[in-house]
Amino acid sequence: MIRSLPNSRTYIWSFRVFVILYFVFLFAPLLVTCVLAFNDSDFPSLPWNGFTLDWFFSPGPKRVGIFHDAQNLRSILVSIETALAVSALSVVVGTCAAFTFERERFPGKGPLYFLMLAPLVIPGVILGVSQLLAATTAGAFAETYLGLDLAVFRPSFWLVVLGQFSFITTFVALVVAARLRKFDRSLEEAALNLGATRLGVVRLIILPYLRPAIIGAGAVAFLMSFENFNTTLFLVGSQPTLPINLYLQVRDGSTPVINAISLLLIVGTSCLALCNLTFSSKES
Amino acid sequence: MRRSRLILWIFLAPVLMWLALLIVLPHLDLLVMSFRAKDEYGKMGFSLRNYVTFFTEPIYWLTFVRTAVYSVITTFFTFVLAMPVAFYIVKVVRPRFRGALLTLVLLPFWVSELVRVYGWMILLRESGVVNFLLKKIGLVDAPIRMLYTDAAMVMGLVYTSMLFMVVPVISVMDSLDDSLIEAACDLGGSTWSIWREIILPHCKPGITSGAIVVFMLSLGNYLTPNLMGGKNSLWFTEQIYNQFIASFNWNQGAAFGFLLLVLSSLIIWAGLRISRQKLGEVAS
Repeated sequence: MIRSLPNSRTYIWSFRVFVILYFVFLFAPLLVTCVLAFNDSDFPSLPWNGFTLDWFFSPGPKRVGIFHDAQNLRSILVSIETALAVSALSVVVGTCAAFTFERERFPGKGPLYFLMLAPLVIPGVILGVSQLLAATTAGAFAETYLGLDLAVFRPSFWLVVLGQFSFITTFVALVVAARLRKFDRSLEEAALNLGATRLGVVRLIILPYLRPAIIGAGAVAFLMSFENFNTTLFLVGSQPTLPINLYLQVRDGSTPVINAISLLLIVGTSCLALCNLTFSSKES
Repeated sequence: MRRSRLILWIFLAPVLMWLALLIVLPHLDLLVMSFRAKDEYGKMGFSLRNYVTFFTEPIYWLTFVRTAVYSVITTFFTFVLAMPVAFYIVKVVRPRFRGALLTLVLLPFWVSELVRVYGWMILLRESGVVNFLLKKIGLVDAPIRMLYTDAAMVMGLVYTSMLFMVVPVISVMDSLDDSLIEAACDLGGSTWSIWREIILPHCKPGITSGAIVVFMLSLGNYLTPNLMGGKNSLWFTEQIYNQFIASFNWNQGAAFGFLLLVLSSLIIWAGLRISRQKLGEVAS
């Protein structure tokens, strides 16, 4: 049954086969995507026609590799900009939220905490829709009463940033709050005894202590924003992010360029994920 | 005392802005918009029409029911698959492989959902890899239709949300004392009764939080049903998208969005009620 008990060979082996099959299920789509990025064929499918790097480096005109594909490159850039803006914003506000809910006491804290968790259970599509509605209402309000035509309130880069920020901040807040909970209060008391101000304590003692959690949460926020589809779908303007752009291409038929982009994404995110895992396991 | 008030406001102000402007107001706007419609003179006003349309047009409420039912099925399959995998990693495999297996289980989920769905599309479509291999070994003569079926869609949903079941189940199973299972085995308990009497009851909190997250993610998923499901079988999020982007009937879309939000909140509330947990515990 478990490793400390004597088990029959059939039990151990059948369990092993099951887990191997599970991992095949888990990795097959990713592996096939990566392999077919190098296939010398105009469609991402078998048979194998030989190895090629065309889908990465070919300048065209018949085959356009990803490094010459202006539209996809632009969407990658947009995604990176969005993700940087979202992670910067959500780290600042998320850390504030962690301090608010871990260290402060004020009336209405319980309901407010509940409200902060709400984005976890609101489907991403709904968040996108309601953000779109609210922005349009705000835009109409600004135009009728203030006579201003504000671009922020139309589907655009900043609306995407705000939409993603609205739920990613909750994740950041939870990660930072978990570390703040383990903080040794006597360090703070010692600093206060020695004449530090409260803001000085936050700046010189608590923030350095929180740094690993903040960096980790920032990395997760970056990834979540980079990959977000559901919320972004409704808020995107004339500058599509990478997931939106890929979606449009996949829906209307696919070329191995998508495999090449996927390969880059898989390698990139795996590196970031492994860094994050080793970093966090070293911390604990 | 005044100082500490100041610090409280420094932390609280951005949090309040975030929650009020990006969570509360947009969803209130969603609610208000859903109760507004044009009357016969083309004037906007309060109306229940959007909701009446939902209940009188079978296509809408059938899609709604279908989405809910398939989300339940997805949650069930995810649970069935996640239990043995978690059990193997926590209790069966030799401890030195544990970390590596855990990392392998987590790794695919860092990759963008779009890339994973795309991988499955390459595998399953009629000119895809699986059909190619089946033909090669002579199992089938003509390609089988696998993509664009409900089975493929459910499998894709299970694949996408697997992680959110495996991780919480692993973390509760970790705290299950091996000696309980050993004692049960010594006393002659069968495998089935050990699972039913010891393992499942112990893992209940993890299963509940996993099931809630998986259900919610399936309900709000757009990519997987859209790209892997059949062309004439809609997901409710696609209905919302159609109302907003294709028909430009935002009030109707707002009503649909609000109904989806109510459904997902109800299920989560019921899940928490049944397992006697709080949202805060599940979130952390």
